[in-house]
Amino acid sequence: MNVLLILPQIFLFTWAVVVLVWDFVPRGKSRRGLAYFSLLGLVIAGVMTIVIPRGEAFSGAYLSDDYGRLFNLIFLASAFLTILASVDFAEIRFNYRGEFYGLLLMATTGMMFLSGANELLTLYVSLELATIPLYVMAAYMKRDLKSTEAGLKYLIIGGASSAILLFGISLLYGLSGTTYLSNIRGGDLGAGNMNTGLIFAEVMLIAGFGFKLAAAPFHMWAPDVYEGAPTPVTAYLSVASKAAGLVAFVRIFFNPLAITSADWVTILEIVAVLAMVIGNFVALAQTNIKRMLAYSSIAQIGYVFVALSAVNGYSIVGMMIFLMAYLFANIGAFMVAIGFSNMTGSDQIDDYAGMIRRNPMVTVMMAIFMLSLIGIPPTAGFLGKYWLFAAAVKEHIYWLVVVAILMSVVSLFYYANIVRKMFFHENPDESKIYYGPALGIGIFASGVAVILICLAPSIFYDWASQAARVFFPQF
Amino acid sequence: MEPMVFPYPILTYITFIPLIGVIAVLLLKRESVGAIRWTAALFSFVPFVLSIYLVWYYFSAMGTGMLFNIHSQTQGFVFDFAKPLAWFPQVKIHYQMGADGLSVPMLFLTGLLSFISIIASFGIKERVKEYFAWFLLLEVGMMGTFSALDFFLFYIFWEIMLVPMYFLIGIWGGPRREYAAIKFFLYTLFGSVFMLVAILALYFAAGSLDMLELIRQNVSYAHTFQMWVFAAFFIAFAIKVPVWPFHTWLPDAHVEAPTAVSVILAGILLKMGTYGMLRVCLPMFPQAAIAYSIPIALLGLIGIIYGALVSMAQTDLKKLVAYSSVSHMGYCMLGIAALTPMAISGCLFQMFSHGVITGALFLLVGVIYDRAHTREIAAFGGLGVKLPVYTGLFTLFAMASLGLPALSGFVSEFLVFVGAYNSAFVSRWIVLVAVLGVVLTAAYILRMIQKIFLGQFNTRWDNLTEINGREIFTLAPLGALTILVGVYPEILNVFLRGTVDNLVKMIIP
Repeated sequence: MNVLLILPQIFLFTWAVVVLVWDFVPRGKSRRGLAYFSLLGLVIAGVMTIVIPRGEAFSGAYLSDDYGRLFNLIFLASAFLTILASVDFAEIRFNYRGEFYGLLLMATTGMMFLSGANELLTLYVSLELATIPLYVMAAYMKRDLKSTEAGLKYLIIGGASSAILLFGISLLYGLSGTTYLSNIRGGDLGAGNMNTGLIFAEVMLIAGFGFKLAAAPFHMWAPDVYEGAPTPVTAYLSVASKAAGLVAFVRIFFNPLAITSADWVTILEIVAVLAMVIGNFVALAQTNIKRMLAYSSIAQIGYVFVALSAVNGYSIVGMMIFLMAYLFANIGAFMVAIGFSNMTGSDQIDDYAGMIRRNPMVTVMMAIFMLSLIGIPPTAGFLGKYWLFAAAVKEHIYWLVVVAILMSVVSLFYYANIVRKMFFHENPDESKIYYGPALGIGIFASGVAVILICLAPSIFYDWASQAARVFFPQF
Repeated sequence: MEPMVFPYPILTYITFIPLIGVIAVLLLKRESVGAIRWTAALFSFVPFVLSIYLVWYYFSAMGTGMLFNIHSQTQGFVFDFAKPLAWFPQVKIHYQMGADGLSVPMLFLTGLLSFISIIASFGIKERVKEYFAWFLLLEVGMMGTFSALDFFLFYIFWEIMLVPMYFLIGIWGGPRREYAAIKFFLYTLFGSVFMLVAILALYFAAGSLDMLELIRQNVSYAHTFQMWVFAAFFIAFAIKVPVWPFHTWLPDAHVEAPTAVSVILAGILLKMGTYGMLRVCLPMFPQAAIAYSIPIALLGLIGIIYGALVSMAQTDLKKLVAYSSVSHMGYCMLGIAALTPMAISGCLFQMFSHGVITGALFLLVGVIYDRAHTREIAAFGGLGVKLPVYTGLFTLFAMASLGLPALSGFVSEFLVFVGAYNSAFVSRWIVLVAVLGVVLTAAYILRMIQKIFLGQFNTRWDNLTEINGREIFTLAPLGALTILVGVYPEILNVFLRGTVDNLVKMIIP
């Protein structure tokens, strides 16, 4: 038993509680101090995550390895950027500001447990800890009907999908007699014999995670929730929450169930195609930037599934680098949208016309984020897609790569549409759009990260390949 | 054998000096238009001077006889670095730049046309700062594509070109600019993602991204693998050329783009496609190159005839020049398909001279459009009386375009036809039909000249002013090159010969 390994989680949880309690100390209405205090907590937790040793705790129920560690850094980074995005937004839209940061830290703690969960029940409980604060956060603007609707929808769908997931978990337990992932022997499950029970369990698990990931055809909740939720929450949902779904999905499917991959790769391929096609084509029709990004995030998960259905070391490398790219580009784009709606109150893409005159720096950054989401060098998104496609090409799944390519070209339309509005169109209103220091720093740092990951790829590749070696020691 | 190395990494300088220019332009105040223009001119002039030095250095390197030493693994190349720099060593991605007979003329042409285009863009009034920043970024992409010898690097530069081009067409273009810009972006992205998959497939098959290493291993690729990967690369490059039926982005992009951008599009970007075929498709997949020879020749033939016929039907001067590019690039494709040293030299000649001639024609179209605000051929007439200097220049380049002997267009067409006629892979009737293209070209060019410059003078153009000094300055070097290469083709051929022989030997040992 090695409690030290979960020190970052313990620390972050404590910090979250401190934030919640501190919120009761009566002061003015502003809670900027608490936001910066939360940022400090995230930084300390990040340092802890980097320095704690590798190993396992609680008789193997929790693993601290390179894979989980990298995911934890992704969770912490997205929480960090989300808080930067929330500072001004909270002042304008929220009534209860301190709680918000506490909830965000708690959700992040849950995700950090999830990344190391190596036992089915630990995994399930961590997932709930990660999601339940998000239900509250989605409905945080409680006088706003859309936000309330978002919270309720998310709660109902989230609950139902948890039940499906739990069903899959219990089937897996029934077949293997253990909840410890390292004790599940794929061979004993009757892999390759078309064992109905096993396939049923796998379908349940994929469906359960599919809901969490908002991968088509389990995506119906996402656009409404993404549109209704407060924009910083949407940003967090679209990145951290998806990464959380992936971390657990890969933990189960690439470790004990990898040997049964013949049973489930076809399902993944179908999910990949559906997610890319539905996500991209529906995104084309969107006029609201939040909905557009919501559908595009469905498509983005589809690309990850292209790589995951290859089941090799490059799948992990691709997923990790892609997620890093996606983290900065997507939250960056949301930060631009947040600043824009803070000033103008609008989320309509048409209103971005003439943005280049109103804030050139932010506009250029937004263009970089869009290029990254399309996957054009020299941005991180290109490198992410490069490795995702590499995984599939390595296994000669060319047809899937061709679909992914065609869909990337489709995605050019709607991402370039924003760029087109911002750069090509005139706007009678040329008043400056001011981005506060928190948003400004967040956007600028994200933009730099997006370029840096592509131009100095070695260090990120090293991290990603260390993560891949957790599952593929020879990689 | 040690590879030959430049005394200093000149290709890196050529590629990245414009990037410094981008930063410099962005740091200037939006209002100080003059400073922005001259800064941009300076940062495109320096790479141009360096490209002249490159030509000279490569020439003297050839003189030493070391360059085409048959024991050398890197025949014909001069590199920036003796050993590729480790950039992304875990996956064998390196930074290496090098130039050979294929790229030296193209780098020179890029340096020249970029500088000229920037001078020609001094008339841009709107959003000057952004314009020159994008323009210089475009130059980075072009120079990098011609110099990169690592596929990863090559792909990055290839894609970097798309973005500035998209903005340059979309912001400063004509009335249908947004449509043209996104169409260009979509077509090219569509092609380049296929290239990405081909690069990945090649990486897993050969374990390298070093283009020269991949060429060295070319015998080891299985036949079907070659066929597929060749096809993927070919689609990417063919869209850029553009080969019929991938050409439909070209008239839109050309017509809507501002003058200087059309010059770059026609002069450099189209050559990226043929350059890619010669650099990648032919040497890396020789079996596929032979197998695909007839289809490529047919595509080239269709391009020649179709482009010429469509040009004939145009009433818009710029559109006419744009479609004539489709026709002229068809000759390049024919040369590539023929796989003889003469035909491939012809292709390279055509790449160079089409860049110069069509670049000049677009500049000339821009000159008249700036004054008359129309490009309708029918609206003009008898301009020869009013604008003698302009008429003379236009006629010179038009004649070069139709392949008049003693001008550079003739040399390339001649080489392509003779080379392709003697080819073992292309049927002779294809060449014979292709020669008809020359007649059609003569028809639409002469008709255009007649309608614009000869006949009754249209008094509507009484106030038209003669071409000015700055415009002549941009056209003079192009005119000189056209005549020089036409009269003394050896001046270009001396750079091509060794590399082309080498290339053909790789395909047919």
